[in-house]
Amino acid sequence: MIFKRSFAGGCLLVLLALAGAVPVAADDGGAAEPPKVELVLDVSGSMRARDIDGRSRMTVAQQSFDAVVDALPAETQLGIRVLGARYRFPGSSKALGCTDTQQISPVGPVDKARAKAAIATLRPTGWTPIGLALRAATRDLGAGETTRRIILITDGEDTCSPPDPCEVARQLASQGTHLIVDTLGLTLNDKVRQQLTCIADATGGTYTAVQHQNELTGRLNQLVQRAGTTYKRTPVKVAGTAGCADAPTLAPGVYTDRERFSEHRWYRVTVAPGQELRASVSVSLDRTLNLDHGVLLRAVSGAGQELVRGTDAGSGRTDVQSTGLRWSNQRPGASPSPDGGSGGTQVCLVVSNSFSAPASVRTAPGMPLELTVDLAPSSDAPGGPDLGRGWLLLLVLAGTGLVAGLVTGWLARWRVAIWKEN
Amino acid sequence: MRVSLLLGSAAALAVLPAAAVPAAAGTSPSPRPVIGTAGTSFLTATTVEPGQPVRVPASTGDYLYWSFAAAAGQTGRIAVTVALPPAASRHGAATYAIDVFDGLRRRQACTAGPQNATAAAGTASVRLQCTLRQVRAWAEPWSDDPLPGTYYLRLAASGLPEQDLGLPIRADVRITAKNGTAQPAGAKLKAPLSPAVAPGATLAPGATPSSGPVNSAPKPAERVKGWFSWPSSRWWWTIGGGVLAAVLAVGGYHLTRHPRRWFSALR
Repeated sequence: MIFKRSFAGGCLLVLLALAGAVPVAADDGGAAEPPKVELVLDVSGSMRARDIDGRSRMTVAQQSFDAVVDALPAETQLGIRVLGARYRFPGSSKALGCTDTQQISPVGPVDKARAKAAIATLRPTGWTPIGLALRAATRDLGAGETTRRIILITDGEDTCSPPDPCEVARQLASQGTHLIVDTLGLTLNDKVRQQLTCIADATGGTYTAVQHQNELTGRLNQLVQRAGTTYKRTPVKVAGTAGCADAPTLAPGVYTDRERFSEHRWYRVTVAPGQELRASVSVSLDRTLNLDHGVLLRAVSGAGQELVRGTDAGSGRTDVQSTGLRWSNQRPGASPSPDGGSGGTQVCLVVSNSFSAPASVRTAPGMPLELTVDLAPSSDAPGGPDLGRGWLLLLVLAGTGLVAGLVTGWLARWRVAIWKEN
Repeated sequence: MRVSLLLGSAAALAVLPAAAVPAAAGTSPSPRPVIGTAGTSFLTATTVEPGQPVRVPASTGDYLYWSFAAAAGQTGRIAVTVALPPAASRHGAATYAIDVFDGLRRRQACTAGPQNATAAAGTASVRLQCTLRQVRAWAEPWSDDPLPGTYYLRLAASGLPEQDLGLPIRADVRITAKNGTAQPAGAKLKAPLSPAVAPGATLAPGATPSSGPVNSAPKPAERVKGWFSWPSSRWWWTIGGGVLAAVLAVGGYHLTRHPRRWFSALR
């Protein structure tokens, strides 16, 4: 018995080891566009400062760029733009210095030798027109379906505002293509950090303070790699409306929109009988906001009846506030809704939020909103299990068996006794 | 003889339930490559298989996302260690937190933590843990019970001095899954809760979306079941109960039919 038991246990372990749930990797597929990244490097006069590992900021940036160009994935298209490379600061007029940005390597398949040669000739020179450089970099990257990434490396605050580079970044992110700006600061200066974190938050990017050469190289490589692996997962732009009647009808997929404080955005989905609607929404906190916030997603029928809601609230520092819901269309053929088209029920999704901001913060453009819509076969409620389990079951079955045996045996004795008498 | 037979059957039955309950087993021990990346949003989350180690260099203030798939009956467990920047460059205490979301980006509860922890200005690292609820096989559409599908893990600083943003940190993440019996028995979710990740498309009003294959976040593979859990442990309990009943019925019959044999044997 002991042998049997341990053998059974061994079998069980082997089977369980084999049976571990292995997730199926997601397949990206889709667009054939290559990943596009633009490095924007500040070549302003302050880059002369020798404070990173005893070398000048410029030298460190140049060496890191060389390493990134060497390690570039084959399909990634990398462009390089500089700002403040031509007119001296101080010494030239602000009007002239603040128009100073050029692309030294176009976004396209990279000629490594040429790109490195162009980087090597750069000398710290002029002003810091960050807003202008961001606008130009967005133009360089062009329009398209996939995510574009700008990597901004600077050591000084913008010397050319207005326009405030953070406002520029928010504007760029809200229009046209999907844009992310990652920022790297080559100094621990408070103003620089505030400006760069603002730009990063406004576009869903990251901020890194660089203090050593290897940190810069490692981070640049990480960002370029990230661009290469995730650029196809891009939401498509959609404009929600203020009511259900004229809301856009959505197919399964990921969407992006903008929503202002306390605004309601409506979308429509056609759910066929036997299908389940799965929707989720994330609202990004892309600016300075008040402490407490929340987001609400509701599914409403064409007649205005609420079907289901998802809600989440939070407090303090976070990047997105998100929630989701499921709704099954489980009444095949029953009461087709008046506005239902070809067999499906029209379900409206309403996204609302309870964000607020201090008076000084601009409310336009609205906060980025990401909506995923999916339709899956709906799952019926399970019936009760057909079989039993547990010690009570064994006791009941054993007791029933014993009573049945005793009664049968007693009956048999009684019959034999009667038969003998007769 | 008869007594020993009865005893043998009873012992055999006693083994059944012990074997029928799937033992707690970790994921396979073979070493797997370390994952060195993390996403920065739900959409770009890096897929991790349970048991696979993750080590990512990052900056304080980054929001790091990973996704993993969980099947019905599994209980996920997450352990995160964040190596903090050198104490000299920090300005105060920092609070780190892990948040777990299901495939519909709904927040999931941790049954055991600590889910968030505050590191004093001098400490070198902070350790976070989260044990999730057991994934159910089915749930009503209106509930937010954990279901088979994608889960997202977000690691972020939920509170830190503004001056400390951008400093280098390193995150070590370990996601493990413990298998168990899925509840409710006999129920099944037809499609796992794995959201679409491909761009969508707007349709003409009234048009029905074509149900083509949509790219989605990681889906759990259908669990291959062990011999003892096929088709479910309920079969073994019920069959065992039937055998026990039959044995006791025969025993009972003999007891009433020929009581002298039994009582003389005892004497």
